[in-house]
Amino acid sequence: MSLLVIAWKSIRERGLASALTALSVALGVMLMVLVLVISGAVDSAFSQKSIAYHLIVGPKGSGLQLVLSAVYRMQPAIENLPYLYYKELQKDRRVESAVPMAFGDVTEEGFFPLVGTTAEYFTNDYTPGKKFRIGKGGKRINDDFDAIIGSEVARQNQWIIGSQFKIQHGGADGTHVHNEKFTVVAVIQQTGTPNDRTVFVNIEGFYAIAGHETPLGEVEERLTDFYASDPERLKSALDEISVAKAEVEAAVAQGGHYHGATPDAAKEVTAILIRTRSDFDAISLRSDLKEGYQAMAVNPIVPIQKLMNNVLGNVKKGLMVLTGMIILVSGISIFVSIYNSMSDRRREIGIMRALGARRGSVFGIVLVESIVLCVGGGLTGWLFGHGLAVVAAPYVTAATGLLLNPWAVDPMEFVLFPLLLALAALVGFLPAMSAYRTDVADALSN
Amino acid sequence: MSLQLENVRKSYRVPGGKSLPVLGIDSYELAQGEQAALVGSSGGGKTTLLNVISGILAPDTGRVVVSGTDIAPMPEVVRDRFRAEKIGFVFQTFNLLPGFTALENVLLGMTFARGRTDRAFAQSLLDRVGLQDRHHHRPGRLSVGEQQRVSVARSMANRPALLLADEPTANVDPGNQGLILNLIRDTCRENTVTLLMVTHATEVAEKFDRVDRLQDFNRPEAVSKESAV
Repeated sequence: MSLLVIAWKSIRERGLASALTALSVALGVMLMVLVLVISGAVDSAFSQKSIAYHLIVGPKGSGLQLVLSAVYRMQPAIENLPYLYYKELQKDRRVESAVPMAFGDVTEEGFFPLVGTTAEYFTNDYTPGKKFRIGKGGKRINDDFDAIIGSEVARQNQWIIGSQFKIQHGGADGTHVHNEKFTVVAVIQQTGTPNDRTVFVNIEGFYAIAGHETPLGEVEERLTDFYASDPERLKSALDEISVAKAEVEAAVAQGGHYHGATPDAAKEVTAILIRTRSDFDAISLRSDLKEGYQAMAVNPIVPIQKLMNNVLGNVKKGLMVLTGMIILVSGISIFVSIYNSMSDRRREIGIMRALGARRGSVFGIVLVESIVLCVGGGLTGWLFGHGLAVVAAPYVTAATGLLLNPWAVDPMEFVLFPLLLALAALVGFLPAMSAYRTDVADALSN
Repeated sequence: MSLQLENVRKSYRVPGGKSLPVLGIDSYELAQGEQAALVGSSGGGKTTLLNVISGILAPDTGRVVVSGTDIAPMPEVVRDRFRAEKIGFVFQTFNLLPGFTALENVLLGMTFARGRTDRAFAQSLLDRVGLQDRHHHRPGRLSVGEQQRVSVARSMANRPALLLADEPTANVDPGNQGLILNLIRDTCRENTVTLLMVTHATEVAEKFDRVDRLQDFNRPEAVSKESAV
């Protein structure tokens, strides 16, 4: 009969008290596991692994705002860049893929962000190694007012292929609803990224929305500002605007409206997602962009990592400390429970010693009890924590867009059990010493 | 000899720093397989004597030879091991562990002696004391007589050379007293185990061929004089 069996029988003898103390450890560990699972999902959503682009190019301003608006669609856009600039970047030998994005509007129902982009956005990976998958019956965008919607948009608005919707200008507090009606042609399967909460339209359709065109005079001014340091490019852009202007003036002179396509020089994009041919190309391109024009390129991870470290990282640390303290308090309750039981168990220990148990053996039995309660409680809590994550995962995803991996094991969890073992040894030491010191003759005579 | 005491002295420290002599035994012996009843007044040192013989307490001086080995000079940890292997105990209050079944209580004695158990032998011991159908009952579900029988079975678990019984029938109903007493004596006889049984009951002592009165060979007052000298 091993010390473990003897300790287990002693625990069973004080079933209720033992169960309650183990439960308190279990609750602490369960909370810690939940914090780790959720923070793991947040880390994953905001890490390099979640973005399959090297750079995001946007107007000069806050890098964090650019990433939050272009990748996470949480912030309004900074400003716009000339569409011509996107075309230039597309031709850069270092660029493997450049995807334009135009955004700023939201759906009238549910206020989901609207992103105008090209088909390349969907052929590229959305996270490294993961391609978009279109739900059953979905098709490509063919028309200016076709839309592809994320899984959460479909679920919350109960939109299916063929559903029609309108968009409104600006954010949720915008008041101007555009007249154009978009039609859902495909629903993207869940990705666990902000794409699930986004409505995608053809970028040409985005420009075709009434009110989205910028007056040519204003475009001229913006191009002049943007290409101030590059007269050659400025001239070529302004020439294109002059042609467009002439066409518009001719149409007006004939008493009608201009119905031709928007010239590229008059188009604008909010951000450009860049995938370079190598990491070195990304560094080189970013460095080049620092110097010229009015644009900037940011590594999408850097500002997010700063945010994570400065804000979310501290929140995570705070929660970890809190759950750590809960486990510590649970450990102390194990100490109190075992220590209090020692006076009742003096005779029991005396009997064992009279039967030949050495002092070390009774010390070991009490210590093993503490370990069983602490580690057993911890294991139960670990299972509860991950089990609860399994149950909660669909609700968390629906509410936040975070894709939880309930059985993902954080490296911290590997440290947890050795720590629990150490805690058990610590809180079990004094009661074990009390057992060790028990005077057999005294214990039996009582 | 199975048990031999020579010049055993044992005193307790009492409040005030004084010493209270309890044992002063010049010589006491029991042969292998011999059975003796030990009688004496309350507070006369019977329990202390059993504790010294079993190695729970070390004597201040003297030799305590059990089965040819003097246990007095042994370190405590060695005495513990020796006690587990060579000495069986039957207590007045049975001292069974409440969380363990009858069988587990018997196995427990084996665990502490050898670190391994002989389940078949433990079961045969319980069968021998008439508890064939009580192996898996906890003490709380056994009658007083049955508990003491478990205690007897446990005392034999390590095939001891010496069995110490401290008023084993005192808490047992009169109907069971004779049964328990015979069981202990018969079991010892069958296994050639030396038996020293402390008792207050004359009807129990009368059953033994050898009855020793503690006051006849224990003279703690002599220890006081030695100390004074």
